[in-house]
Amino acid sequence: MGEMNVRLCGIELKNPVIPASGTFGYGWEFAQWYDINILGTFSCKGTTREPRFGNPTPRIAECPSGMINAVGLQNPGVRAVIDEELPRLRRCYDGKIMANISGFSVEEYAEVAALMAAEEQVGWLEVNISCPNVHGGGMSFGTSPRAAAEVTRAVRAVTDKPVILKLSPNVTDVTEIARACEAEGADGVSLINTLLGMRIDVRRRRPVIANRMGGLSGPAVFPVALRMVYQTARAVKIPVVGMGGVRAAEDVIEMMLAGATAVGVGAANLVDPCACRDIIAALPEAMDRYGIRSLAECIGGCD
Amino acid sequence: MKQGFYTVLENEPLTEQVFRMRLGGDTSPITAPGQFVNIRLAGRFLRRPISVCEWTEGELTIIYKVVGAGTAQMAAMRGGELDLLCGLGNGYDTAPSGASPLLIGGGVGVPPLYGLAKALKREGKDVSVILGFRSAREVFYEKEFAALGARVTVTTEDGSAGVRGFVTDALRNAAPYTYTYSCGPEPMLRAVYGAAATDGQFSFEERMGCGFGACMGCSCRTVTGFKRICREGPVLRREEILWER
Repeated sequence: MGEMNVRLCGIELKNPVIPASGTFGYGWEFAQWYDINILGTFSCKGTTREPRFGNPTPRIAECPSGMINAVGLQNPGVRAVIDEELPRLRRCYDGKIMANISGFSVEEYAEVAALMAAEEQVGWLEVNISCPNVHGGGMSFGTSPRAAAEVTRAVRAVTDKPVILKLSPNVTDVTEIARACEAEGADGVSLINTLLGMRIDVRRRRPVIANRMGGLSGPAVFPVALRMVYQTARAVKIPVVGMGGVRAAEDVIEMMLAGATAVGVGAANLVDPCACRDIIAALPEAMDRYGIRSLAECIGGCD
Repeated sequence: MKQGFYTVLENEPLTEQVFRMRLGGDTSPITAPGQFVNIRLAGRFLRRPISVCEWTEGELTIIYKVVGAGTAQMAAMRGGELDLLCGLGNGYDTAPSGASPLLIGGGVGVPPLYGLAKALKREGKDVSVILGFRSAREVFYEKEFAALGARVTVTTEDGSAGVRGFVTDALRNAAPYTYTYSCGPEPMLRAVYGAAATDGQFSFEERMGCGFGACMGCSCRTVTGFKRICREGPVLRREEILWER
């Protein structure tokens, strides 16, 4: 059997498959579907300083080969995550998690990062910079190299644990943002977050989603994600976590050939709770089919 | 909660737009009336959540309305297999019903009340039912409820069958009851909440992503905090409902 292990920012993963933030809660609820210890790791629900309800409903719209969501970062707040969610997770998961954090100001990012990084169960920080900057006119941090760099610097200053910046695809040149993060000491980048999209209820002549717009994910975005991972992996030296529309073992291999060191699986978990288990189980056979002895060796293997 | 494949044993129209599908497979994940299944359809990304009407060992019945391309695809099925997430949501709790519960359903909110009526009758309760529809053409399951030994009142908005008006018109004239269970569109639930004389349980509908608690797509605010309609719901108790949702 081929080797599936990879190293992500100095930490060994038994395989590159990582359930993506917002599709896997804080992990423990998925333990009733399968043993989540088989995962490379997983990225927890985006956590903010304060508890958040998020956006009004409807928050979900179906699309051809995908879905739009506008959940709006619903989460119990960093305190409750540390006091309640992580202890629950400990009962069913031995590994390190990727702590996904969000903020509406640079200070909030730093504060949440410091609290989460201090937790022994946290291996990596994944910093979602797609949220609006309330002090910067509401523009997303992730759409400006300067704002992205500022968040990176602030988070970098509060922890020695690996810091991975999660990039928005809703930009003209994602490599410019990735390089700005790398220059401020990011240990990795992950991409793509969802693509801004919209559906209209034709009968009612109003948007399906209460928030009007939301993030598109699912197989529909896979080629866009793959292209951005490919471009970014060539633009930076730090590892890239590739995600966007991955639903099968072949997609994992394709992402890795594009330059991903590890691969996130998002929307697929929502349609099939056992998606990641099945992808991991299918990987050895897929590797054999393509003559891959070690997944680590095929990272960036596409010309 | 369990994922499995179920055989389509029967799929027949009850009205112009409402169909009943009997499915064969493992029903052990279903633990209470009012729970739902989430159905994967070929070529559709998201599953379709549909409430369970009734179930026995090895067989379950769902009743659904054709409202879009996905349910139209279901209605066209003749046999074959469906991938289901089964036994989702909390379902109704029969414990607080008292001796003579009143069940109130509107349109495709009626089906889960059938399984509930069956469970309550098994417990020896004196069950009354108000079933609301737009017109006589849309009425279904009146006889089935009656066959369980429940007292049935049908209401139609145009008066073409039963009592003219809404379920609340029948509710105001109902014989004394000890508890209410309702399921239907949100305006109906609000009206029942306002008109009911007792405590009760209300089953809500919301657009869902996953149906099993992962995506937070169907969250609502309640007196006791945020709840997911798919997981801590779809049934909420009267005292926890916040109508600002």
